[in-house]
Amino acid sequence: MSTQNQDLEIILNVTTQDGKDHALLALGGWRAMEVIRDYGLPIKAECGGACACATCHVYVDPAWLDKLVPPTEEEENMLDEAFEVQDNSRLSCQILMRPGFNGLHLTLAPGSEPD
Amino acid sequence: MTDTTEFSTQPAGGHFETDVIIAGAGPVGLFAVFELGLLDLNAHLVDILDRPGGQCAELYPEKPIYDIPGIPVLSGDALTQNLLAQIAPFKPQFHLSQMAVNLEKLDNKKWRLTTDLGTTIEAPVVVIAAGGGSFQPKKPPIPGLADYEGKSVFYSVRHMENFRDKNILIAGGGDSALDWSLALRPLSKSLGLVHRRPDFRAAPDSVNKMRTLVAAGGMTLYTGQITALHGEDGHLHSVTIKTADGETDVSCDALLPFFGLTMKLGPVAGFGIAMENNLIPVDTEKFETNVPTIFAIGDINTYPGKLKLILSGFHEAALMSQQAFRYVRPNEKLRFQYTTSSTNLQKKLGVK
Repeated sequence: MSTQNQDLEIILNVTTQDGKDHALLALGGWRAMEVIRDYGLPIKAECGGACACATCHVYVDPAWLDKLVPPTEEEENMLDEAFEVQDNSRLSCQILMRPGFNGLHLTLAPGSEPD
Repeated sequence: MTDTTEFSTQPAGGHFETDVIIAGAGPVGLFAVFELGLLDLNAHLVDILDRPGGQCAELYPEKPIYDIPGIPVLSGDALTQNLLAQIAPFKPQFHLSQMAVNLEKLDNKKWRLTTDLGTTIEAPVVVIAAGGGSFQPKKPPIPGLADYEGKSVFYSVRHMENFRDKNILIAGGGDSALDWSLALRPLSKSLGLVHRRPDFRAAPDSVNKMRTLVAAGGMTLYTGQITALHGEDGHLHSVTIKTADGETDVSCDALLPFFGLTMKLGPVAGFGIAMENNLIPVDTEKFETNVPTIFAIGDINTYPGKLKLILSGFHEAALMSQQAFRYVRPNEKLRFQYTTSSTNLQKKLGVK
């Protein structure tokens, strides 16, 4: 069992708005936003994960970009309400953590900071 | 959006007196009307949005909610409409598109709440049901933006005439951006629309109209994002737009960014109530703040074990109402009754 648990261990690396790096232990099936919020890192995420506000905007490490499930049209539409959107912009509430994402690196983007 | 249940709105700028002022017309503020109403307490609600529902109306009107007791699934809009129907017998008065900006205690021990449109409401009890705060326009993080706000950068259009003969630039890709582009273009000197990508989420009909105008040279479309503002004394001369091909400067003397709304705590912070991390600490018996006769319910409050759930807010509204009654009707006896058995309550609900 213990080796199996190790296989399932997913570390989510997050760079906060102040440039500091954090390694978070994530659970499969959780949204990246939920993991970040659960650790008490500064993320506004005001709609709570409904893809309705764009205040959990992150930049994905380009090395990981192709490994993620591409954004839905709904997420692309919502990114229209984010700022400084780049090719690697995503909403972290739309990234579902899974074992293959061990080491995924996200950087909190403009508009994600709480008041 | 489904058919809107009838509700009574009041013109801005008037003076009103009631039993309880509720700041915030989200689901919890709405349900508070019900619980107060069962105790014969009348309520006026103030909300910055132009319709009741709060986050349910603004953020997720069409999203399914699964954790309302007894209702396996319903949308934010449906929950709002149901609550409006449920509280209709108590005739709540709504003061919409207004922000509560000031709260003062009067000599007669009542509170006077003033809105940014000059409406004043007096009552012995105030309930803060403001959720995550006031919905306010999202502001692009462009350096120096604040210097231009209100002079050449605007987040809404109050008078179209103010934009006549201006070189207008509108930013965004939703209905507000498209609708205002089409509405302001005829009276503008020039009009540009800047959006981060070629696709638009706005209504297809407006997008088609916009594209036709762009093709005919009636307006300009920029695919990119604004990175810098140029001007002096709050008056814009131009902005820099970053596109896939590099940066370009575009002349304009009015900029309208439409990037949706976000919640900001707002003036509640200045009401003289103790706050903690932008939340209002309350007791869990009455959900009263550190200031007697001011209560806080729903997402805006905090206490040990607090969960930001709509159902928690409903419970808080029920208990708050008990104490509100004691303040508003100090000489009357508070009787606890069930809507299932009390003919008195059923009369109030109009079902008997």
